[in-house]
Amino acid sequence: MNATRAHRLMIVDDSNVMRRKIERSQDIPNVEIVGTAGNGHEALALHAEARPTLVTMDLTMPEMDGIECVEQLVGRDPDIRILVISALADKATAIEALEKGASGFLCKPFTERQLNDALVKLIES
Amino acid sequence: MSLQREIGTFVSAVLNYFDTAVQQAAVVGTPYLALGKPPDIFDYTGMIRISGKKKGVVYFTAPKGMLSVMLMRMQETDMSDANLRDLVGEVANTLSGNARKDFGRNFIISTPSVVTGTSTTIGHSPDTRPIVVPIDWRTYHANLVVCLN
Repeated sequence: MNATRAHRLMIVDDSNVMRRKIERSQDIPNVEIVGTAGNGHEALALHAEARPTLVTMDLTMPEMDGIECVEQLVGRDPDIRILVISALADKATAIEALEKGASGFLCKPFTERQLNDALVKLIES
Repeated sequence: MSLQREIGTFVSAVLNYFDTAVQQAAVVGTPYLALGKPPDIFDYTGMIRISGKKKGVVYFTAPKGMLSVMLMRMQETDMSDANLRDLVGEVANTLSGNARKDFGRNFIISTPSVVTGTSTTIGHSPDTRPIVVPIDWRTYHANLVVCLN
């Protein structure tokens, strides 16, 4: 593994616009984007191949939603760190995501700085 | 909750989207009741349906040009139909998120859906009167429509 690319990031969101925004916005030097997925099923398949250490996870998605996907990813890899990025900004949703194993929560919409700050916190958590 | 506060929840969601994601503020016009004829529908419309304590539909409808420039502001180079749908869906997503946060569990809010075309008919319940909130941004005009009983 390249020492300068210590963290492997997978982006999960059903919106192509959001996936690309996250790809463009993240500028943390030691983070490598290893893939993107449009729903929970795709994320689980990609996880098996790409072995991400960090994940950004949307919640409202077709096929398999983000909460279920968080639970399954944490079941596979308890050390994985997941940042939920969702417009569902109510406390109950955030608590549910954290209870299932997410490490952080960022509300949509977000700025580049907010995303990078949240990712740094995720890495340091 | 008063109607004014309910509308404020949705207006805040749209303004916050422009402020945060697009990084350029939009301006809210004077809201009006759409009496006699349905509200103007533009090229792309993102909507949520609400049931439970209140029933109805809330949607953000915008022309293609406006959404394309919003994408540009977000550094997106692909102005495809899919991305324009995604964008208006994301705005609807924030309507849903704000509603969940402010209204709590008494309101059941659908996942956002997107329709395209200016000839689209959005079904309004006969016991509701759509309130149109004009949203102006740069030279473009969109509508936020709140239609709750």
